[in-house]
Amino acid sequence: MMVPTTPISRREWLLSDRPQSRMQARLGRAYVTWRQFTANRLAVVGLLIIVALLLIAAFANLIATHNPVVGDLMNARLLPPGSAGYLLGTDDQGRDIFSRLLYGSRLTLLVVVLVAIISAPVGLIVGTVSGYAGGWVDATLMRITDIFLAFPKLVLALAFVAALGPGIQNAIIAIAITSWPPYARIARAETLTVRRSDYISAVKLMGASPLRIIVRHVMPLCMSSLIVRVTLDMAGIILTAAGLGFLGLGAQPPLPEWGAMIASGRRFILDQWWVAAMPGIAILVVSLGFNFLGDGLRDALDPKEAGQ
Amino acid sequence: MSIVETRQEVRPRKGRALSFAKALGRFLFAAATTYLGLLAVTFFIGRVVPIDPVLAILGDRAPSHVVERVRREMGFDLPLYEQFYIYLKGILSGDFGTSVLTTNPVMVDIRRVFPATLELATVGTIIGSVIGVPLGVLAAVRRGSIADQIVRVIGLVGYSVPIFWLALISLVIFYAQLRWVAFPGRIDIVYEYSFTPVTGFYLLDSAWQGQWDVFYDVFRHIILPASLLGYFSLAYISRMTRSFMLNELSQEYVVAARAKGLSETRVIWGHALRNAAVPLVTVIALSYAGLLEGSVLTETVFSWPGIGLYITNSLQSADMNAVLGGTIVIGTVFVGINLISDLLYRILDPRTRNR
Repeated sequence: MMVPTTPISRREWLLSDRPQSRMQARLGRAYVTWRQFTANRLAVVGLLIIVALLLIAAFANLIATHNPVVGDLMNARLLPPGSAGYLLGTDDQGRDIFSRLLYGSRLTLLVVVLVAIISAPVGLIVGTVSGYAGGWVDATLMRITDIFLAFPKLVLALAFVAALGPGIQNAIIAIAITSWPPYARIARAETLTVRRSDYISAVKLMGASPLRIIVRHVMPLCMSSLIVRVTLDMAGIILTAAGLGFLGLGAQPPLPEWGAMIASGRRFILDQWWVAAMPGIAILVVSLGFNFLGDGLRDALDPKEAGQ
Repeated sequence: MSIVETRQEVRPRKGRALSFAKALGRFLFAAATTYLGLLAVTFFIGRVVPIDPVLAILGDRAPSHVVERVRREMGFDLPLYEQFYIYLKGILSGDFGTSVLTTNPVMVDIRRVFPATLELATVGTIIGSVIGVPLGVLAAVRRGSIADQIVRVIGLVGYSVPIFWLALISLVIFYAQLRWVAFPGRIDIVYEYSFTPVTGFYLLDSAWQGQWDVFYDVFRHIILPASLLGYFSLAYISRMTRSFMLNELSQEYVVAARAKGLSETRVIWGHALRNAAVPLVTVIALSYAGLLEGSVLTETVFSWPGIGLYITNSLQSADMNAVLGGTIVIGTVFVGINLISDLLYRILDPRTRNR
């Protein structure tokens, strides 16, 4: 295969109406999606924020200037931002808030990734099976989905954590239990649109089992709308986790979880505002990043919904 | 009108009424099963998830004969389905058990605190809709402009900000620095004894009784938490309004109205918004339900004596009856509002009836 070298012809090669190979078609498709995505400036900002979050979480131990858990109680209690050596000030235990925020990004990522890994496949399986099988399987599964949708998320998560006991693992379980129903709904809706289509009939004629049809031919088509929805939900997951942390039900001290940091700064809010303010800004920036990114992904991957 | 014409009209109407009754039946069945499932989930949380609910209540230092006695008294030796039956009977007759923290029946406590939450959520929804709807309309009309971008960012920030953090920051600014608002709770301690609420909605009660100084004080207490909740629902309402309006503005009747020479104001506010109003009612109802949930964290920050504060206080003392009672009440209101908004949608929008 020959890839042309001049920039104009390379672009033409990507946008060709008659791709010569599967790879050219895929690259061309990816290029168009990428162009649509980058046309939305907020989406690019969101992507940058998330990439920065990933880098910070990966290299927190290299960037951090202080120990996130043990502070200098003698000399560094409640120092304001900009004090020598403490970029964002210190908390009541003399710990560097900047370093704690860096390490806290790991907890935030942990929560978000684990919740997504647990709840997205559950929703995908429930939704595709429900949509493809139809009949009483569909009715039963959707009823169960509706029951979980009927609960306000945070309140249900609160009740679960109250029963399971506080802690970050239980918070993750509780949030995952409350997050899968919308994914099931989306996957079912997508399945319903393709289940009667010709290519499914063709695969069926070739003797594919229902399991194979669902896994190989239905699930891939649900992925793009599912990815968009999961990305848009990330902010909600972060906020719920932070809310649980704020109420003392999420990560336990001395872990530098952002919501719990706000709760511990609450006592000093009038005089030492930065202790509670800084972690809140971190949560806001990361949630905004995920929302910008999700918005842009929706416009790029889901042209039906674009602009709405 | 001729006889033939009326006959032709009567028939579909009768069919319509029938289909509406059928749909109502389906709705009620769906709501009933959803509600049963909701109770099953809370039962599961309360009785099955804790390894031993008796030990959870007594602590692990209780002597074994006491544990056995409590187990029998609370019915934990019965099979699970029998326990669920007893639990169901209790809930449906309004018995949520007794709160360990307040020693009152949970239902009595909730009846006392719930009006505070409802008042807060109502004022919040009013603020959110009064500002959110015009913002959404503006964004749709000026699609792609700076105004549209600003509304979009306002909405996205509303989706992204931790509400309890925003509450703390705004308390520092508006209470501690500017002294514009009052804090904490619903009413100043000075008025606590001179003012007797009737309905539990302090704004209404004080205005009704003509106690304007009390009204002013209550207003100063409610305005900040209600505005925060309002911002929360504004994010959602403005976004949905924009999307509905874009949909309406692309319809042919808008072109027709413009061609007729109607002013842009009348086309937008009189024609397009009126057609968008039906789904908007649903959105506002859902955001109201969402505020009940948002109030859990907001009430904690503002020491607002509503159901959110009740749940979080009960959580601190591991008072499961109270936590689950509060969860069930909020869940009930959720299911109820969903049902009502579905029905409203069908009643208000004739297009959905024949589906």
